[in-house]
Amino acid sequence: MWEYTDKVTDLYKNPKNAGMIDDADAVGEAGSLTCGDMLKLYLKVDENGIITDAKFQTFGCGSAVASSSILTEMIIGMHIDEARKITNKDIVDELGGLPPAKMHCSVMGHEALEAAIADYYGETCVAEKKEKIVCQCFNVTEDTIKEQIRTNNLKTVEEVTEFTKAGGGCGHCKSAIEAILKEIRSEKPALTKTQEILKVSKVIEKYVAPELRKDNGDVELVDIDGNKIYIKFAGKCSACQKSQLTKNYVEKILKKHISEDIEVILV
Amino acid sequence: MADRLIYLDNNATTKVDEKVLEEMLPYFSENYANPGGMYDFAGKVGRKIADAREAVKEFMGANDQKEIYFTGSGSEGANTAIRGVVNQGYGKKHIITTKVEHPCVLNTYKDLEKQGHKVTYLGVDADGNLNMKELEESIRPETALVSLMAANNETGIIFPYEKVAEIVKQKNPDTKVFVDAVQAAGKIKMDFKNTKVDFASISGHKFHAPKGIGALYVKAGTSFAPLITGGHQERGKRAGTENTASIIAIGKAAELAYDSLGEELTRVKKLRDKLERNILHNIFNARLNSSTGNRVPNTTNIGFEYIEGELILLYLNELGICASSGSACTSGSLDPSHVLRAMGVPFTALHGSIRLSLSRFTTEEEIDFACEKFPEVIKKINKLSPFQKELAELESIRSHQN
Repeated sequence: MWEYTDKVTDLYKNPKNAGMIDDADAVGEAGSLTCGDMLKLYLKVDENGIITDAKFQTFGCGSAVASSSILTEMIIGMHIDEARKITNKDIVDELGGLPPAKMHCSVMGHEALEAAIADYYGETCVAEKKEKIVCQCFNVTEDTIKEQIRTNNLKTVEEVTEFTKAGGGCGHCKSAIEAILKEIRSEKPALTKTQEILKVSKVIEKYVAPELRKDNGDVELVDIDGNKIYIKFAGKCSACQKSQLTKNYVEKILKKHISEDIEVILV
Repeated sequence: MADRLIYLDNNATTKVDEKVLEEMLPYFSENYANPGGMYDFAGKVGRKIADAREAVKEFMGANDQKEIYFTGSGSEGANTAIRGVVNQGYGKKHIITTKVEHPCVLNTYKDLEKQGHKVTYLGVDADGNLNMKELEESIRPETALVSLMAANNETGIIFPYEKVAEIVKQKNPDTKVFVDAVQAAGKIKMDFKNTKVDFASISGHKFHAPKGIGALYVKAGTSFAPLITGGHQERGKRAGTENTASIIAIGKAAELAYDSLGEELTRVKKLRDKLERNILHNIFNARLNSSTGNRVPNTTNIGFEYIEGELILLYLNELGICASSGSACTSGSLDPSHVLRAMGVPFTALHGSIRLSLSRFTTEEEIDFACEKFPEVIKKINKLSPFQKELAELESIRSHQN
């Protein structure tokens, strides 16, 4: 017996917004009959892009019905671009959690939502975009697997199976999943620009600036472009003849704390 | 949770019969002696174990008590027989089995394949039956073992193991035959002495003994390497101090099950048929996943098209009805039932298949309640399905048929 949260139990017993919308503005589908679960999501969107109604039809287990139901509740009243930001994690959180082996139900919810929004904008179907199929048994694409590894910080093949079902059938694709995991793990953590700036300025504030301030100097972060970090000296440092040496010092510290390939450029 | 409990999952496990419990209880704190002891206190227990062995001998239709070895489970029995044959050292590396065996057997073969054994997996037809010609053609001079179940745990379909053993021995007298009789025990008569079967295993908890006790039949004169070595217990073939209370329990359960075989074939079968008939008649998207013919009397496997099995089980659970599904989700594996897949059950019904299994403790009232509630449950779940068009078509086809 699965350990379902009260919320999940309540929702599969009394699902909200079950059914279809005949004149829907967007329809999204995920999963298939062969895979053992499938979700069809119908959206009604007003002229301002607000989702005014959402309904679902689900072929699937208790947690699939609960995930679909909570998803419709989450998106009604939301702007369609706002809804686009919802991840499977948000669905799981709203449900108060799902058993590990049932995570793929929330992924299915997310995929149906993505498909519905794409349908609304007349974009290419998500399924067509994600071509390379890794798991033949459950028709799981490489893109889906990569996306789930990144979003949910998955570390093992088992976890990938729990979230995407890939590898849960014949198991032939397990080594392929392992290769994808390795690939993603070796990628540098993708930080947003703001996160990068924050990280670098933290290092500067903690390790560099205090030293320079001792000599009445200072340093200011100007910009970051990939591995290039642009800085400007202030106070006594700006006029110091040894500024090249100081620059080298700053570079050494940043290399140590952030990344070996960092290049510091003085502006 | 519902107050009611309608237990229709007797192929998973059964309730311990009160009479069995009563029989075993004194062997915990009162007559606790190790039967190997040299005193009356132990001898008393030893004699009781001999009685239990006699009862199991009768139950399995063995010739001699010496052909019965007590084990810890059906899985242990299967492992003892299978590995016992391959480890015996005849050097033969080929094994024949079927695609629909229980995981305890299939996974043992997967393991042996890693060790270099070659395994032929025989398929079944849509009714779940073996192709005897294919079987015969698969037997080779180097075939060490042919292994098949007496009755399938998911569908209840009975394999003609007596006939299979005949064919095997005719083609290659050295090939051993192992029958996984776990789901046959207590449901149909076993008579191994009149067959050419070498090994057969049963599990107590499938016929109202407690969990953790089983028995293995080994035809006199058949040698096999023990799985568990150590003391002299079970004639050196299964070391470890006897699980006295449970052995006594399986003896009593075997005696009661033997006496109830008639009831299984009449009353239990009648209830199973009633439940099956009602569901198939009243629910348009229900289909029987096997033939009605050659089955154990307590089991039915029904597929509900375009809906998913776990949800059916959860809704039944709300009503206090316990059933199980071959469906992926419930068993923790994501793959749909290997048995139903081997039978070619269509994908429309594969994920919505439910096994209902009765016992001699199932009452008519319980079956009537289930008959009444099933259509309501399925109707409710049908409404959630994204396959409304397909369901409507199916309904119209079925209504024309009726």
